Amino acid sequence: MRPRSNLIRRTINQTVMSISLLTSLVGILMLAWILYEVISRGAGAFNWSFFTKPPVPLGETGGGVANAILGTLLLTLLATVIGVPIGLFAGVFLAEFGHQSRLSSPVRFLCNILMGTPSIIVGVFVYSLLVVPLGHFSGYAGAIALAVIMIPLIARTAEDMLNLVPDTLRESALALGAPRWKVTLGVVFRAAKKGLLTGALLAIARVSGETAPLLFTALNSPYWPRSMSQPISNLTKTIYDYAMSPYADWHQIAWGASFLITVSVLLLTISARVILHERKR
Amino acid sequence: MKHETGSKSQVRADWVFRWFTALCAVTVVLIVSGIFVELIINSRISLQKFGLGFLVSNVWNPVTENFGAVSSIYGTLATTAIAMVLATPVSLIIALFLVELAPPKVSSFVGTAIELLAAIPSIIYGMWGLFVFAPLMLNYVYPVLGKIGGPLFSGPPLGIGILPAGMILALMILPFITAVTRDVFMMVPSVVKEAAHGMGATTWEVTYKVTLRHCISGIIGALFLGLGRAIGETMAVTFVIGNEHRISGSLFAPGNSIASTLANEFTEASEPIYLSSLFELGLVLFIITMVFQVVAHFWLRRLRQSIGGRA
Repeated sequence: MRPRSNLIRRTINQTVMSISLLTSLVGILMLAWILYEVISRGAGAFNWSFFTKPPVPLGETGGGVANAILGTLLLTLLATVIGVPIGLFAGVFLAEFGHQSRLSSPVRFLCNILMGTPSIIVGVFVYSLLVVPLGHFSGYAGAIALAVIMIPLIARTAEDMLNLVPDTLRESALALGAPRWKVTLGVVFRAAKKGLLTGALLAIARVSGETAPLLFTALNSPYWPRSMSQPISNLTKTIYDYAMSPYADWHQIAWGASFLITVSVLLLTISARVILHERKR
Repeated sequence: MKHETGSKSQVRADWVFRWFTALCAVTVVLIVSGIFVELIINSRISLQKFGLGFLVSNVWNPVTENFGAVSSIYGTLATTAIAMVLATPVSLIIALFLVELAPPKVSSFVGTAIELLAAIPSIIYGMWGLFVFAPLMLNYVYPVLGKIGGPLFSGPPLGIGILPAGMILALMILPFITAVTRDVFMMVPSVVKEAAHGMGATTWEVTYKVTLRHCISGIIGALFLGLGRAIGETMAVTFVIGNEHRISGSLFAPGNSIASTLANEFTEASEPIYLSSLFELGLVLFIITMVFQVVAHFWLRRLRQSIGGRA
C-alpha cells in the first residue's frame, strides 16, 4: 500500500463521515417534510361533514368522503378475509411441509416474482379475469386485486416466522400423540403468534394505501357503498380523481384523504413493529 | 378430543390439512401463470396487427388506431435511470452511516424512520410531488439548470416531466435499497473489520477496502430489487410525469411511462385494438420486471451460497 500521511487519511475519513451524517439527516428531513405537508394541508380539510357526508356536486359546499372511508374499510376487510388465510396456509406449507415437497422451491420463487410485480399489472389481471366476464366494475374485483398483493407478502413472512419456532417444540407435541394439523394450529401458531400478526398487519398496511390495483377494478363511486358487486367508493381513487381535477376545493379534500391514508398506514406499520419488538424482549 | 394416534380419522385429517396448505401454496403458482396467460391472450389482437413493430414504433394514436410502445418504454427507462443514479449513492451512504458511524440508538431511530418512508403509499408521494415538489422545481431548480443549458435541460419548464418523476422515484426506492444494503453490510464478519481497524485503518478505509469489497454482490442484488420496484411504480409517476406520448431529449419535457399510460388510458380505451395494445404494454412491463426479479433472485441466491448460508 502506498504510504500516506496520517493527516490526509484522517481528513478524508472525517469528510466522508460528515457527508454520511449530512445525507442521513437529509433523509430524515425528507420524511418529516412529506409528513408535514400531508398533515398541515390535510388537517385544513377536516370538519364534521368531511367524516360524515358523501361528496356533493361541484359548486355546493359541505361534501365529505365518508362513503370513501367506509368503502376503503370494506375493501381492505374483504381483501384481508381472502388474502390472509391463503397467504398464511401457503406459508405453513412452505415452512412445515416444504422440505418434503418439490413444490416448495418454485412456490417460493413465484412468491418473490409476485411481490415484485407492479401493482398496476395485478389490476389489469383482475380486470381481465373478473371485470370483463362480469361486465362491470365491482368491489369484489377490487378486494381480490388487493388480496393477490397480500398473499405473497403474508406467505413469505409466515414462512420465516414459523421457521423460527424450534423443531423440538413440534417433536414434543408429536411425541404426545397430537396429529400434525393440531401441532401446527395449536402449538406452532401459538409460538409464532406475534410474528404472524406482524406479517398480516404489514400486508394490510401495504394494501390499504394501494391505488393502482383499484383503478380498473373497484373504480370509484360518489355514493354510499351498497353492494360489493357494484363499483365502490374508496379513499385512494378519490385522492387521484380529486387531485387531477382543476378545483382547489377538491384538492383540499384530496389532501384530507391523504392525511387519513398516511396516518392509518403509518400507525399499522408502527404497531406491527412494536408487536415484533416486544417479542425480542 | 380422543387421542387415537395413527387412527384412520386422524390420518385423514392430516392428509386433508396437508393438501389444503398445498392448495394455498399452488394459488401463488396459479396467480403468476394466470397473469402471464391473461396478458398474452388479451394482447392477441395487438400482437397480430403490429407484431414486433409494436416495440420499435413511436406512434401512439387512438384515432388512427396505430400504437407503438417506444415512448412509454423510453419514459419508463429514463425515469428509472434518473432514480437509480440519484438513489444509489445516497442509499449506500445512509447504510454506511447506519452500520459504521451511528451510535446504536441513533442507528435504530434513523433506520426506523427510513423504513417508515418505505411504508408511505405511492399516491402520497404523487400528491406531494404534484403540489409541493413540482412547483418548487419550477421556481427554484429549473432556472438554475436552465442556465447550464444543453439538450438535457432545454425547452419550456412545466414543473412536471421526466426529471421530477425520476427524482420522486429516487425518493421512493431510497429506503428500500438502504434497508437491504444495511442488512448486507451487517453480514460482514466483525472479525474482518476489527482486523483492519487493528492495522490502523480509518473507518472510511475499512468501509472502502473491506466492507464494500466484501459486499459488492449483495449491493448489486439490492440495486436490482430497487430497479424492479422503480420500473413498475405507477401512482407517483402518473401524478408528475405529464402524460404525453412523445420522446424528447430534454429532462424538462413531459413524457409517460408504461405504468402511467395504463393508469391513464385503460378505462378510456373503447376500441378492441386500443385495449389490446394497452394489455401488450402491460405484458412488456411484466416481462421487464420479471427479468430483473429473476436476475436479482439468482444473484442473491448465489451470494448466499458463496457465504455459506442457507440457499
